[in-house]
Amino acid sequence: MQGRMIEMAKKLLGDGTVNRVIGWKKGEFAYDITPAVFENAEEIDADFVYDDFCGHNLSKYLIKESKKDGKMLVFLKPCDTYSFNQLIKEHRINRENVYIVGIPCEGKASAETIKEKGISGITGISSDGDNFKVNTIYGDETVAKSDVLEERCTVCKSKKHVVYDELIGEDGEVNENSSRFDMVAKLENMTADERYAFWRNELSKCIRCNACRNVCPACSCENCVFDNPNSGVSNKAAVTSFEENMFHIIRAFHVAGRCTDCGECSRVCPQNIPLHLLNRKFIKDINELYGDYQAGEESEGRTPLTTYTKEDCEPSIVNERGCK
Amino acid sequence: MQINNEFKPKIVAFCCNWCSYAGADLAGTNRLNYPADVKIIRVPCSCRVNPMFILRAFQRGADGVIICGCHPGDCHYTSGNYYARRRITLLFSMLDYLGIERERTRLEWVSAAEGAKFSATMNEFAETIIKLGENKRLEDLRCKAE
Amino acid sequence: MQRIGVFVCHCGTNIAGTVDVKAVAEALKNEQGVVFSTEYQYMCSEAGQSIIKNAIKEHKLTGVVVCSCSPRMHEATFRKTASSAGLNPYMVEIANIREQCSWIHKDMEKATEKAIILGRAAIAKVHLNAPLTAGESPVVKRALVIGGGIAGIQTALDIADAGFEVDIVEKKPTIGGKMTQLDKTFPTLDCAACILTPKMVDCAQNEKIKIYSYSEVESVSGFVGNFSVKIRKKARYVDETKCTGCGLCTEKCPMKKVPNEFNLGMNNRSAIYIPFAQAVPKIATIDPDHCNMLKNGKCGVCAKICTAGAINYKQEDEIVEEKYGAIIAATGYNPINLDKYDEFAYSQSKDVITSLEFERLTNAAGPTSGKLLRPSDGVHPHTIVFVQCVGSRCGAEDSKGGKSYCSKICCMYTAKHAMLTREKYPDTDVYVFYIDVRTPGKNFDEFYRRAAEEYGVHYIKGMVGKVMPQADGKLLVQGSDLIAGEQLKINADLVVLAAAIEPDKSARPLATMLTASMDTNDFFTEAHPKLRPVESPTAGIFLSGACQGPKDIPETVSQASAAAAKAIGLLCKDKLTCNPCVAHSDEMMCNGCSQCEKVCPYGAISYEDKEFRMPNRTTAIRRVAKVNPAVCQGCGACTVTCPSGAMDLNGFSNRQIMAEVDAICR
Repeated sequence: MQGRMIEMAKKLLGDGTVNRVIGWKKGEFAYDITPAVFENAEEIDADFVYDDFCGHNLSKYLIKESKKDGKMLVFLKPCDTYSFNQLIKEHRINRENVYIVGIPCEGKASAETIKEKGISGITGISSDGDNFKVNTIYGDETVAKSDVLEERCTVCKSKKHVVYDELIGEDGEVNENSSRFDMVAKLENMTADERYAFWRNELSKCIRCNACRNVCPACSCENCVFDNPNSGVSNKAAVTSFEENMFHIIRAFHVAGRCTDCGECSRVCPQNIPLHLLNRKFIKDINELYGDYQAGEESEGRTPLTTYTKEDCEPSIVNERGCK
Repeated sequence: MQINNEFKPKIVAFCCNWCSYAGADLAGTNRLNYPADVKIIRVPCSCRVNPMFILRAFQRGADGVIICGCHPGDCHYTSGNYYARRRITLLFSMLDYLGIERERTRLEWVSAAEGAKFSATMNEFAETIIKLGENKRLEDLRCKAE
Repeated sequence: MQRIGVFVCHCGTNIAGTVDVKAVAEALKNEQGVVFSTEYQYMCSEAGQSIIKNAIKEHKLTGVVVCSCSPRMHEATFRKTASSAGLNPYMVEIANIREQCSWIHKDMEKATEKAIILGRAAIAKVHLNAPLTAGESPVVKRALVIGGGIAGIQTALDIADAGFEVDIVEKKPTIGGKMTQLDKTFPTLDCAACILTPKMVDCAQNEKIKIYSYSEVESVSGFVGNFSVKIRKKARYVDETKCTGCGLCTEKCPMKKVPNEFNLGMNNRSAIYIPFAQAVPKIATIDPDHCNMLKNGKCGVCAKICTAGAINYKQEDEIVEEKYGAIIAATGYNPINLDKYDEFAYSQSKDVITSLEFERLTNAAGPTSGKLLRPSDGVHPHTIVFVQCVGSRCGAEDSKGGKSYCSKICCMYTAKHAMLTREKYPDTDVYVFYIDVRTPGKNFDEFYRRAAEEYGVHYIKGMVGKVMPQADGKLLVQGSDLIAGEQLKINADLVVLAAAIEPDKSARPLATMLTASMDTNDFFTEAHPKLRPVESPTAGIFLSGACQGPKDIPETVSQASAAAAKAIGLLCKDKLTCNPCVAHSDEMMCNGCSQCEKVCPYGAISYEDKEFRMPNRTTAIRRVAKVNPAVCQGCGACTVTCPSGAMDLNGFSNRQIMAEVDAICR
């Protein structure tokens, strides 16, 4: 795959279709991949990589990149295309300046999960399809790829590209049977005290590093409301428990109906807070109360929170059908 | 804040200018009593109520927050309360999900003619909040230190 | 830092009876920014207002808090007071300590405590108030009526009568609308043409009225008082200024096989045509779909014959741009398509017709010159079955295109048809199948009872299940009589279906252009269903006739006049004063994501690409929201939709409301 992508990137750069390419390059460690912009074939040959750790959703970078001169080639995995479409809907990306090549994705691995399995001192990782061979300073280990996938990939919602100019490989299907709401349902079935304890435990870990906000393609405001002095809620460091509550509830609320469930927030959280469970709660509620809706499926139209029907349920439904 | 061991809840009521605020005025005109713990904030429309206001109230130690607006279909601005209904439903559901007592929040449609309903609703809500006791789960401790 | 004055009103004993007003004034004196605090018996009185005015001047107040009755009562009064003392009126806030405090509490201590807190909240808010000025926008003294049926005609005539210029845009070659096709009108049975055509002529002759016939609205921009509208004048291939309407071309045109839409396809017309004798304007129009000259360049008869030289095969669509202060939608209705109603055999038999087709069959100017003859064989029918509620009052999810609402006019026109048939042809048996007969309206029930009782029309409560064309040309009608509890079989010669009516298809795209809201049935919605029934929620847009809901002629005309009155009320003004408590967007914060635009019920938000200075002497172009203060009504829906908090509302800003929250929870 990486080979075909490099080939395509060079071709499109060569024939002038695009003048830049956004993709991934290796960082300090084997699993430490970072998004990167390439401007010529030499740079691509030197650094371009596409492997099981290229989880980053590149859509958000296009907000800035698509405003620059010339067309940019972007490689988007199926779930990234949903974010892209949503950003098109919000007029954040200049579509003419982007050339999308859809690339297949069989799930991305999480270095965090590998480490959680007790493997430390990693010096290199190589893949032989279903398994990873992990070289560590203590010797080599083998782990099954399926055991170390990102959470979002274990419950992948779609392998279909909703927008692209060109595809590498076959397009996949929407996975109607994704079990992505199972954990939300599990939480809903806990008692209020248990849920409170769960979230207090999770949210109190928050250090307000804003990584979730920075990576989220839906959280793409020029200036965040929490940085807006006129909003009355601007604040920086979290001093007490309330502020993480406020920040994360409002953040999830602001992206409700716009969040494509790409899972980047949880992937980047240095404290491993399962932030996606907040977003998924909204998605689940929206699906159940207002009809199935997948943000990013369309590039125009209204989101569930910018529309209504006269027959919508009353908030008292929370008492009737809410959590236990 | 506890005087003589009697719990005096802080209840914030957001009322839309055209229906519910007028309904509250009518309750006054008709001398329909409800607890003094309820304090009303006037907003143009229920769709002006930002979830941040609700969370802010809880942060500052409110024990209950109630939002009142025109009945669906009667919004002065035609559609405001429909948007509000979706937003507030989702927010309430989220608070419930986070383990916050769901009785602490409420939305009620009160028309300008429903003074009696306004008063009854406030009595009932205040009673519920008194039963629940002090808001511990969403408060900001700094704001309580006096 | 604000310098705030607090004025606590006793309201006689209304407030002072349960609230210790002196204690309130005293307590609020200690609030931050308060430089003056007093109480008085009646703040709203002349003397009370003087206290406020003097204090504003003496203490150089920048903000005023009046603790008194509801702001719904005296906010305007105290704003005026402040204004007359040189303070911006929007620097006044009211703490409602009467309706929401003294009147509902009996305990002096609790009520006083609450009054103090309400006062604090108002003080906290006024700290963040900013002086606001009501903007003004000029009004273009010209109205546009979209649709030239009886509704549009009446509205235009009334507006013109008040001395304002008004344009009518009609997509058909003539004005007049559906009413031109009707024969008689209920409940008086006067002829539709006799009462309509003089009004059409009035329109044509009125100096204030300009008719754009065969034209459509292309785009609308602007806002109340200042709309800019592009009108597409479709090419009619006839020079309007030259054509005299003599009609010679229509006689000589060799292409005579075009289904005549005026007679609902029951006879033919020529490719160049004038819809009917009394058309206004009486100008010929070439139908480009059927004209041989336009299709393949072979013919040209009309050009040769026209003595006025009016024919112009090279004519093209023309776009006219005009400015208007008010727009009135009068797009009317159409009967629904009955092709899917197989049970009534509408598409199988020529003798199953709609009520509008029946109108043409009984109209002296119709295809049969007013003789009631069966379309299939031209024989006089002896048994006629009328079926009511075809496509009306259906379930919400009707697969055949039926409507959930009552079409309102069918009961009455069916009674009219039945009565007229019995009067003219007493040898005819007339049956009417109905669900309910609905006759609210002046002289309506009397009319229906005359049909049923004096004219011997057989009214049968029940629906027709099936209409089966027979080999002998008859129609076997199977229906149930719910009152007798039996199945009926009627051998009919003619079946007339009272088709539901629906808004014209052009209404939906028009509503989008006007940013006027519509209901799920595509009827325009009113600003208020009871109290503002002829205005759209979008300022400057008014609703006339059946585009707002099914209506008969008298109701249409009264609504048309009401819409005209509302439009005149707007056009009379030289300037519109805008409510300054409107939304505004901080362009430095705005993402241009368009979410606010989607929830705005008034279409007040638009976007522009704006250049911003960026670091290192670079610039960037960003899409940002712009609120038109003349259109915004200040509901605040956008402010909550905006994730970045760029959108805020004057008078009810995020910080103001939060300051109130803080003060209450303190």
